[in-house]
Amino acid sequence: MTTPTLQLTDVRKTYEVGGEEIVALDHATLTVEADEMVSLVGPSGSGKTTLCSIAGALLRATEGRVCVAGRDISDLGPKELARFRLESVGFVFQSVNLVPFLTARENLMVVDELGGRRRRRDARKRADQLLEELGLADRADNLAGQLSGGQRQRVAVGRALMNEPELVLFDEPTSALDTELGEQVMELIRTEMKSRGTAAVVVTHDDRITRFTDRTVRICDGVVEA
Amino acid sequence: MKLALRELRRRPGRFVTATVILTLIASLLMLLGGLLDGLDSGATSAVLAQPGDVIVYSSGSDESFIRSRIDPDLRGSVDGVEGVEGSAGIGVAQLGARVPGAGPRDLADVVVFGHELAPDGVPPLDELDAGTGWADVSLREDGVREGMTLELGPRRTPIEVAGFVDGLQYSGQATLWVDPDTWRATLNENRPGSGLADGVFQALVVRAADGVDPEQLAGWIDDATDGATTSLSVEAAAAAIPGVEQQRSVFNQIISATVGVAVVVVALFFALLTVERIGMYGVLKALGARSSTLFGGVVLQAVAVTAAAALLGVVVAVALDLAIPAGSIPYELSPARVLGSVASLLVAAVIGSAFSLRRVLRIDPASAIGGTT
Repeated sequence: MTTPTLQLTDVRKTYEVGGEEIVALDHATLTVEADEMVSLVGPSGSGKTTLCSIAGALLRATEGRVCVAGRDISDLGPKELARFRLESVGFVFQSVNLVPFLTARENLMVVDELGGRRRRRDARKRADQLLEELGLADRADNLAGQLSGGQRQRVAVGRALMNEPELVLFDEPTSALDTELGEQVMELIRTEMKSRGTAAVVVTHDDRITRFTDRTVRICDGVVEA
Repeated sequence: MKLALRELRRRPGRFVTATVILTLIASLLMLLGGLLDGLDSGATSAVLAQPGDVIVYSSGSDESFIRSRIDPDLRGSVDGVEGVEGSAGIGVAQLGARVPGAGPRDLADVVVFGHELAPDGVPPLDELDAGTGWADVSLREDGVREGMTLELGPRRTPIEVAGFVDGLQYSGQATLWVDPDTWRATLNENRPGSGLADGVFQALVVRAADGVDPEQLAGWIDDATDGATTSLSVEAAAAAIPGVEQQRSVFNQIISATVGVAVVVVALFFALLTVERIGMYGVLKALGARSSTLFGGVVLQAVAVTAAAALLGVVVAVALDLAIPAGSIPYELSPARVLGSVASLLVAAVIGSAFSLRRVLRIDPASAIGGTT
């Protein structure tokens, strides 16, 4: 049996607001196997973004264990978490957030530049390969602002895959797109994840995109429903 | 870092405002520095050019040539001090000069320097006849020409201009370099109350032996003469000229304030840019960028923008230097001043950009995915 890519065990996240404790996640447990795509569905304020942030090493849990790619990241410090994100996690954000003054290719290569570990020629080759796969080979030298919404989201998917992550987190990846384009992007995401055997969590409040994932997990008031 | 450089290259328009303001500050900084150096040179260059290490005045003279008297006996004591390689007498007479062709009340201010040993830039004494002198080039502005005979002081003492020397002024006035006898005669004729006997000078220019510190030698000389002298290194003697220290102090305060304004401009501009980039930095942090990498980019941009502004400032300052007619404004732009100004602006850029550090550190990578705190 293979090790799950993501394993959250009894995770709790609380915040202090005006001296009062706010529970964002309440003893959440979630397992995502390698090669598995999971939709995390819930209304606004349900805690899905918090769970996604903890799974992506952006936030530390107040309690509980968080294992990603077989590594317990519960007690890592900010620098180690940053290094972990750089090496092992991919993100696609709600509002795309490409660096506006970089070309599509450079937006992919920025991940490597931040890490400063791969040779530039290798990174460029890999970026071009990813853009080719994503149908953007002819847009490689276009600045982010010269791309359509769908193309930008595809570049963001490419950026998330640049570091060959074991887990990719998608935060409302289709919220800025119309239905048809959204479905195309989800189809692409599914194809890319499955072809790589990469685990993925797709945060959404749109039930229509759950059909592109293997399993749906619902969350409400910080409680993950079985 | 590459990210920061690409932004500079591809979005130069974002940095134009800061570059323009910093260029004006850089130009102002170099203009102020050039004016200070020009004024300083106008006040001190004749003293700094002296071919020695220590200037010896008589005690109680307040380090003023006019009030100082060194007679042959005192000079003998000075020459006998260990560490003194040799001395040369020097004296001044500040007089108004009538220039042929100029109006009867249109006098040129001249400091007649009697010297035994020619300072840097002045031909040796044996090339000078009695009653002639080398004039500072600034006297050309007053219509003085080679071969012309100036009439000095109330007694109209004639001194013929043998030629010109470059950049030797004293207390903001042009100089005329003559042999000791011509100087003494001119002084005695025009300032009978301050007249000096033969062999008496106002001060001595002393050369220190190899390896002897001038400051230390000045102390030894004053000790050896039992306090009959007040000796200063050449630099200290230049600084002791009335008004020089005050002038330096005022200008340096203005220059410091200008650098302070550069710090504020850089701090405000890059703080604003950092606020604009909070979203982008959040994403980059989420992707694994460290705060130090992002902050390094801010510093790099601040230094690059400031360096470009400083370069433009240098161009303005040099153009100004070329455009100003010689002798009209005391403006002197030296490589040291330019380099010093550029360096202080670059330091200001680093300090100014440091104000964005806290903001960069506080950006939460979690904010990239919807804000969770």
